[in-house]
Amino acid sequence: MSNEGVIYRISGPVVTATGMSAAMYDVVRVGHEGLMGEVIELHGDKAVIQVYEDTSGIRPGEPVLNTEETLSVALGPGLLTQIYDGIQRPLATLEEVMGVFITRGVDADAFDMEKVWTFEPQVAKGDEVVSGQVIGHVQETETIVHKIMVPPGKGGKVKSIESGDFNVTQTVCVLEDGTELQMMQKWPVRTPRPYTQKYAPDTPLVTGMRILDFLFPLAKGGAAGIPGPFGSGKTVTQQSLAKYSDAQLVVYIGCGERGNEMTEVLDEFPHLIDPNTGKPLMNRTVMIANTSNMPVAAREASVYTGITIAEYFRDMGYDVALMADSTSRWAEAMREISSRLEEMPGEEGYPAYLSSRIAEFYERAGRVETLNGDDGSVTVIGAVSPPGGDISEPVSQGTLRIVKVFWGLDAGLARQRHFPAINWLNSYSLYPQSLDQWFRDNIAQDFPEIRTQISGLLQVEAELQEIVQLVGSDALPVDQQLTLEVARMIREFFLQQNGFDPVDAYCDIKLQYEMAKAILSFQESAKSAMADGALLNDVVNVPARSNLMRGRFEEGYLERIDAMVKEMTEQIANAVEAN
Amino acid sequence: MTGKEYRTITDVKGPLVFLNKTEPVAFGEIVTLRLSNGEIKNGQVLDTSDDLVIVQVFEGTAKINRDTGVTFMGDVFKLPVSTDLVGRILDGAGRPRDGGPEIVADEKADIIGAAINPYSRQSPHDFIQTGISAIDCCTTLVRGQKLPIFSASGLPHNDIALQIARQAKLKDSDEEFIVVFCAMGITAEEYNFFRSDLERTGALENAVLFVNLADDPAVERIITPRLALTAAEYLAFEKDYHVLVIYTDMTNYCDALRQIGAAREEVPGRRGYPGYMYTDLAMLYERAGIVKGKKGSITQFPILTMPGDDITHPIPDLSGYITEGQIVISRELHQQGIYPPINVLPSLSRLMGSCIGEKTTRDDHKKVSDQMYAAYAQGRELRGLVAIVGEDALNERDKQLLDFSGVFEDKFLRQSRDEDRTIDETLDLCWHLMANIDTKYLVRLDEELINKYHPDNRE
Repeated sequence: MSNEGVIYRISGPVVTATGMSAAMYDVVRVGHEGLMGEVIELHGDKAVIQVYEDTSGIRPGEPVLNTEETLSVALGPGLLTQIYDGIQRPLATLEEVMGVFITRGVDADAFDMEKVWTFEPQVAKGDEVVSGQVIGHVQETETIVHKIMVPPGKGGKVKSIESGDFNVTQTVCVLEDGTELQMMQKWPVRTPRPYTQKYAPDTPLVTGMRILDFLFPLAKGGAAGIPGPFGSGKTVTQQSLAKYSDAQLVVYIGCGERGNEMTEVLDEFPHLIDPNTGKPLMNRTVMIANTSNMPVAAREASVYTGITIAEYFRDMGYDVALMADSTSRWAEAMREISSRLEEMPGEEGYPAYLSSRIAEFYERAGRVETLNGDDGSVTVIGAVSPPGGDISEPVSQGTLRIVKVFWGLDAGLARQRHFPAINWLNSYSLYPQSLDQWFRDNIAQDFPEIRTQISGLLQVEAELQEIVQLVGSDALPVDQQLTLEVARMIREFFLQQNGFDPVDAYCDIKLQYEMAKAILSFQESAKSAMADGALLNDVVNVPARSNLMRGRFEEGYLERIDAMVKEMTEQIANAVEAN
Repeated sequence: MTGKEYRTITDVKGPLVFLNKTEPVAFGEIVTLRLSNGEIKNGQVLDTSDDLVIVQVFEGTAKINRDTGVTFMGDVFKLPVSTDLVGRILDGAGRPRDGGPEIVADEKADIIGAAINPYSRQSPHDFIQTGISAIDCCTTLVRGQKLPIFSASGLPHNDIALQIARQAKLKDSDEEFIVVFCAMGITAEEYNFFRSDLERTGALENAVLFVNLADDPAVERIITPRLALTAAEYLAFEKDYHVLVIYTDMTNYCDALRQIGAAREEVPGRRGYPGYMYTDLAMLYERAGIVKGKKGSITQFPILTMPGDDITHPIPDLSGYITEGQIVISRELHQQGIYPPINVLPSLSRLMGSCIGEKTTRDDHKKVSDQMYAAYAQGRELRGLVAIVGEDALNERDKQLLDFSGVFEDKFLRQSRDEDRTIDETLDLCWHLMANIDTKYLVRLDEELINKYHPDNRE
């Protein structure tokens, strides 16, 4: 059989071809227009293909050409700052070629193949190089050095190595066995890139969001799920993470989401400054935008495209964070294709392999020893959009089984305009044990204990609130009323964070600790003042406390917070005398 | 390929016709069916292979038998478009319904419509004043947005949609919208209501109507919104108009989608709706927006009735995940006799932040809106408490907030069907109503704004 066949059947994005030799996941070109597709099932000599573009107007009998390659991404200098569709076509190039509407049958290079980069060799002639070894550096953006690595599976003695200006397809290194190495390599998206071993995570991914870093921390190399109904702030949370997390590189996948929202990100990011480096945020970002009305098969591929790019940067020794918004749309793409294949459905029409695909995807996160002995990580944060906000559905459940951090968004909190609307009672993180040492060493010895006290207070509040619902807060003893006030302070001063305020949007973890301690100082001094006869109303209303709370919107808070706490405790102590 | 007539129908099932032994037929190709009594029906290819072709028949399959002749037209469904469309009334398949001549096409546009490249979109930022306080203040509409009305049977969503269509304009501008109205499975009575209102106000001259009524073929509803949006895209992106697309009722559309899914024996998703309904709806809703380098815009107002008032039903749920917010109509408010009965609490405009403020509406808009919302939300909550403990148990602050929630509904929400409030009037009204609450409780307003706008500080 040859690598050319003909179309037998077309049903939406699924096309069947006959007379063609094909293997699973081969990339094929369908029809006279050469639409890109991928083999996803074989029956005798029939190959079932999912097509990444609209199939209207295609007829049985048109040719299908098998490229005999699997769906791959191009990896090399030029990736950063790019905005791709689900199959790594740059949207800017697509606009040049087809105008504002995305038509079909257009191929585009992932990045400029002609652009010349300055290659600085890191090995010399005669050196022995192994898979994954860095052979040269390219300063790709102001902040990121792109390390050129020997592709996995290759290695040997360096016969010659170049230095100077080259484009990504020119040979920069030749090995003794004749292997020629270029700055660009390709990797199939559905295969995880190899590494030497996985480590247990021990460093937090600092996000600058108090409720996340302090109560429910995520480790570098960990995986988190953010489920929430529409309007609860999933996208805003994801975008804040992309902006402020201390990962060195960010891959942002807009998977089946709103076009206008994606545009907002595309408009906003180039103007944002990375708080960690002071340079434009785009310098460390790769974006993948496959909106809800773009072809569904490309949406299915988009998360794999994204994570492969993330793994590639991980292999250079970087800490990479990947945001997928939303994995539910990815799962729905699988469901749609599965139903076109007439597969036996599992729960709610999703394919039976849904949970294993979700698990495989999240399992590509991790902190690893790379092939070259370096240390890199991919952290995955996936938004989930459960229908009706009910997380008993298959995608949420499949995600929760695998991720170790659950940030549960709550429509009720969003309606009260409590942002970020993350529910502190049902969210969890399984990382504190492995991260506590880091917090003790880098922030404060008693960090974990302070955290336990804060979350304990919130728990107690929840119980007290049930009583308040029935009898009103005045019926509680004063010490419990004080607990409610302290919990309210935690909620309003600590957990609520204004993502649009230039100062409050990012809160240093050291400051988070100080703020938590300030709340506990308030509790303590109020308790002792009240034991000495002060009134609850008086201690709550000391002016220094509102100054303290308002201070978080002003620069230099970390330097001043100590003095402000001191002033507050003094005023509270004075409240005894006033009485 | 056109012209050859096949008589190879093997099966007819629901709205679908199955044929075999044809020439290669394109996916999505348009089909005409000639019945033995001479009647002509139209359809579209849903599945095509060497052995079997599945055709979905728009007018229903009544009277189709194995002698019915089937002709493939060699092209996908296209709508003839030109500016002559403006002022016309067409049926659900794009044929004149007003007795006028056929549309003379400038060009023929594929009705499926291509996705707008997200890179080529322009962020919407022009404030649209609807003259309805609840919308302008709390869920502000932006040109290029898609903002559905989540309603339920028996509620006045049609009046609200019409009022918006009549009154919508940019602030300090007379520039009008072209209204593209798309009816899917609504009753003749509802349709007449829309048409006569548009006629009465003269808006019909600036409107295009695509009408599929309750007794028109259900399957035709699948293409009706696509025709409407194709016309809208042509007018917006080729002819520089600002277009407001109103479609009602999305629930009927989704039910038609389910009907076809069932006939094809597809694996159903939630409540029997097809698994691809999210993608399908996105292909309609996402055709709103503004693109770089074009003057026009498409703003969408889909109306959907929530079965059993249930906002978690798949239709409102999937819509909410795609659209940029929602306006929720409340039965409770309606029964209190308040028009427009908009419940601002679950309502939301995601693009509001980009279009309000000093340069576009007024410097106090954001904070006033937050304060109105917060005070009303607290007042509503207190109603529950009062039912248990009685009003006397409330403290001064809570009493004021409770009273405010009543005033909010009676004075702020309530307005007549032809009352067109400017944004300044709306915001001044907010201040006037909030003056009933002690300023010390108005924590979301800052001193500067209170000095500038509070009625106590103005003459």
